Amino acid sequence: MYGTKGGGIPVRRGAGERMSFFENLKQSLAKTRQNFTDRISELVGASAKIDEDFLDELEMILLTADVGVTTTEELIEDVRKAAKKREITGTSEVIPFLKKRVAELLRDDGVRTRISGHPTVILVVGVNGVGKTTTIGKLANYFHLFNYKVMLAAGDTFRAAASAQLKIWGERAGCDVIAHEEGADPAAVVFDALKAAKARDVDILFVDTAGRLHNKANLMNELAKMDRVIKREVPDAPQEVFLVLDATTGQNAITQAKVFTETTHVTGVILTKLDGTAKGGVVVAIRRELGLPVKWIGIGEGMMDFRPFEPDKFVEALFDMGNQAAES
Amino acid sequence: MAFESLSERLQNAIKMFRGTKEITEEDLKAPLREVRMALLEADVNFKVVKDFVGRIKERALGVQVDQNLSPAQQIIKIVDEELTQLLGGTQAKLEVAPKPPTIIMLVGLQGAGKTTTAGKLALTLKKKHKRPLLVAADVYRPAAVTQLQVLGEQVGVPVFSEGTDVSPVEIARHALDYAEHMACDTILIDTAGRLHIDERLMTELQDIKAAVQPHEILLTIDAMTGQDAVTVADTFHKDLGLTGLIVTKLDGDARGGAVLSVREVTGCSVKFVGMGEKLEALEPFYPDRMASRILGMGDLLSLIDKIKDTTDLAKALEMEKKLKKDEFTLEQFLEQMQQIKKLGPLDTILGMIPGMGGISQKLKEANVDEKEFDRVEAIIRSMTPKERQKPEIINGSRRKRIAAGCGMRVQDVNRLLKNFEDSKKLMKKMQGMAKFASKGGKMLPFMHR
Repeated sequence: MYGTKGGGIPVRRGAGERMSFFENLKQSLAKTRQNFTDRISELVGASAKIDEDFLDELEMILLTADVGVTTTEELIEDVRKAAKKREITGTSEVIPFLKKRVAELLRDDGVRTRISGHPTVILVVGVNGVGKTTTIGKLANYFHLFNYKVMLAAGDTFRAAASAQLKIWGERAGCDVIAHEEGADPAAVVFDALKAAKARDVDILFVDTAGRLHNKANLMNELAKMDRVIKREVPDAPQEVFLVLDATTGQNAITQAKVFTETTHVTGVILTKLDGTAKGGVVVAIRRELGLPVKWIGIGEGMMDFRPFEPDKFVEALFDMGNQAAES
Repeated sequence: MAFESLSERLQNAIKMFRGTKEITEEDLKAPLREVRMALLEADVNFKVVKDFVGRIKERALGVQVDQNLSPAQQIIKIVDEELTQLLGGTQAKLEVAPKPPTIIMLVGLQGAGKTTTAGKLALTLKKKHKRPLLVAADVYRPAAVTQLQVLGEQVGVPVFSEGTDVSPVEIARHALDYAEHMACDTILIDTAGRLHIDERLMTELQDIKAAVQPHEILLTIDAMTGQDAVTVADTFHKDLGLTGLIVTKLDGDARGGAVLSVREVTGCSVKFVGMGEKLEALEPFYPDRMASRILGMGDLLSLIDKIKDTTDLAKALEMEKKLKKDEFTLEQFLEQMQQIKKLGPLDTILGMIPGMGGISQKLKEANVDEKEFDRVEAIIRSMTPKERQKPEIINGSRRKRIAAGCGMRVQDVNRLLKNFEDSKKLMKKMQGMAKFASKGGKMLPFMHR
């Protein structure tokens, strides 16, 4: 029945699928790119020489993409060095060079989602409003489609109606949801969910959590306790701890990533809301500073509106200078 | 405190202006670069930063050397004024319809905190003796209606909903009749979060606007939003004609750059800021006070407001008398702590006291747990009345007994007694400052030289 189970997840790699994904991603990023690349082409057109004015403009473009001051300065420094060494000579070579640099930085050879053990426990963390619950709904549906038996645990017992929201997603995805009442101990919810998951022979248990950054001590205690319960009940779990980040978030995303990596063993990032005009450039800084790879991206509110993260294509779409007229 | 990193970096930048008699372009170069970096790191929009730095440079170069103020002090003054201007100048209040009901529409992206803000705003209005009605017009997000109902119950305000099968425009329209029936004077419409580029949903908002003719259309925006904040606010403004902004999640580690950008781009004022997860944590926004706080000049006015809201005045006066007579005891220490607890998170409070920004930072680093209060309370409650009055009599064996009484270690008791001595000193210092403030209003720690 679970023939597809193995080390990694069964991501289909058919050519058709690939196309539609990139088309989709491109479309989602179209608006983003609009401003971004308009200015780059303006820039490249304006002068052929890589001088300080050009670099200043380039810096501005990267900063506007939320890449952040430190990372931007490093990238600019890379361009400067490469220009000095004559690896790049004209402004037209700068964008391809940067694309390559950023894609390299974002590359991740790890498994996208580790499914091992029974049940596999996936903890989903992140601050309020980034789309944790929605993301869990999408992932649950995805794995359900691949014949995994999925269960959800409503670990956000703080926000009003958070578990009601998760229950609706659970219904849509066709999987059980374990929830307690508001204000209950999240660790108790997890404990019950783990018991139920074992009893019902569940393959993957997603655990939703409250995104309370306001009181770090509380958050840490809460997450640490959940983690302890999980480890005690299922050795080797949680197999994945996904940090959900909102693409509209600016440099604060780095702070968020730092707090959560201090609190739990975050294994990867899910970048949501890439369907707006936000650039999500902060993931570059997060990768550089904390080494966290992006695993999945969210591009809408629908069940299927998420995709595996592909650095090459992400960067390509971000810097893509073609087809602008068609998309405007 | 919000704007913490911005605040720290800006203050460092300002410290770089030192020891010069005249302000030259060369003097400005490094500090202005720091100011620029500080703002960018805080997610202030690139263009806004450019203009802001430009204005400061222009004004700084035109500065006449003054007898009373050093160049550095003059620059602080300029930055303070420009920052206040950037934040909106003067406080913007909520529009009230000449003939009730006042209709307020909340709009914004997904996850900005509209529903929670609707609940908070309802509570704020209720406290001002208004009769608000919450309207659940988010029919898309799973459980959004339930969330608003739960919030309505928590704040004790009626919620109008027609489930998720009726169009938001119809819901809004029906809500007006219902409000009349319920004699509500303020209607808060919670709309679904949406992307500013989603034409269908933006049209829906325009339809709601046309149907109910709201007095306020407030854009709810997350303080952690990056450079995109400007695009979002601008699009919403163009499509709907915003009347104001509510910035949410401006607590914790929020860099808050969005606050500085959106107001500049839309020309709409920030009317409220969400400062925490509790339903009481919605505050009116005062540009001048916020500018002072960012520049580390404290915000005694807000602190005084807060204290007025939460403190028992008679008790405070009595405490002050005792302080003056140096009769501050552990009993009062306990009372004081309970008062402080009511004020809100410690780092926020300390951030409002001039010159205390640094302490607030240290507090944060020390990771102070508010539960510490409960522990201290337990220790003091394990002391005899005499010990509370005269802490100096607490010797080794008393310490042991106290520790056993509250289930803690002797070290904990020792630490408390030391803290008590320290805070005695600190409070004397604060007293002095309060006196100064009552005479001179806003106080700049760098002004007395």
